Amino acid sequence: MDNPQKGCRQVQKSSQLAIYALIELAADPERQVSVAEIGEKFRVSAHHLAKVMHTLGRAGLVRSIRGVGGGYSFSGNAKRTTLLDVISLFEDSLSNNNLSDPANATTAELALFDVMCEIDDIAKATLGAITLSTMLKQMERREKPMGGAAAAAF
Amino acid sequence: MLMTDLGDKIAIRRIDADDLRHVVALDERVTGQAKPAYWQDILERYATRRLDERFFLIAKAAEAAADAPVLGFIVGEIRDWEFGSKPCGWIFAFSVEPGTRLQGIGEQLFQAVSEEFKAAGVKTMRTMVGRQNQLHMAFFRSEGMVAGPYIQLEKELED
Repeated sequence: MDNPQKGCRQVQKSSQLAIYALIELAADPERQVSVAEIGEKFRVSAHHLAKVMHTLGRAGLVRSIRGVGGGYSFSGNAKRTTLLDVISLFEDSLSNNNLSDPANATTAELALFDVMCEIDDIAKATLGAITLSTMLKQMERREKPMGGAAAAAF
Repeated sequence: MLMTDLGDKIAIRRIDADDLRHVVALDERVTGQAKPAYWQDILERYATRRLDERFFLIAKAAEAAADAPVLGFIVGEIRDWEFGSKPCGWIFAFSVEPGTRLQGIGEQLFQAVSEEFKAAGVKTMRTMVGRQNQLHMAFFRSEGMVAGPYIQLEKELED
């Protein structure tokens, strides 16, 4: 029997954490949230998350507020930032599909390479089309039948 | 009616023959290609017959003059039993004037055609978008569309 969880494409842990943190912050851009709070919510170490947040800060997606009550707030554009934009901050390539010896590859190797490229292209197009704003709406839909926020792009 | 910058100032209705030149012009501005013969054919097929299952909708400023520019359009129809698919709504054309995007016009067009499909008795709507077309992909995703159970396939026809 198919396991839908097992079938999901995996992105690296840092990318996942970055997306979770950005969704948490983008849901209320005025709110400041500490690394510890985010880490607790998503069951990850503050140490690992701090590195992720630093990368997001350098990319201009989050703003660090120092001092008592400080933390991070969202400073990006949720309607313009896609999952692919975020993943690209942590991963050079979405694909581990490559030919080890292209010059001597057999037709079977080339044919399988083509199939895997096709799958990678679809994954890339999907991740590049889903913005943080769309993710927030998708979360609303999981909680209730229909979301209603304004649409992106048009 | 959705409230956005232009939300309550937009009227969505079926196209009239007099609106077609605006659709042709908008499509040419967006795609860089003029297709008047194509649009004339679409008008005849989707705005003059079988109107209970064909929907060619346009958006205009609510208080604009009759010959005011079209700000957006969407065209869809009910398709059924393609490779066993139960009747569903198909969107095959959609555009919004670039200068008026992000003001809810696209969403109103999408919602309007969704209501037409629902009224016609279908429960699913579909479309097909190029992988590289991030503008349309992002819009349809933001409206809740996800990858469906059918995969589009193609083949280059050799000489």
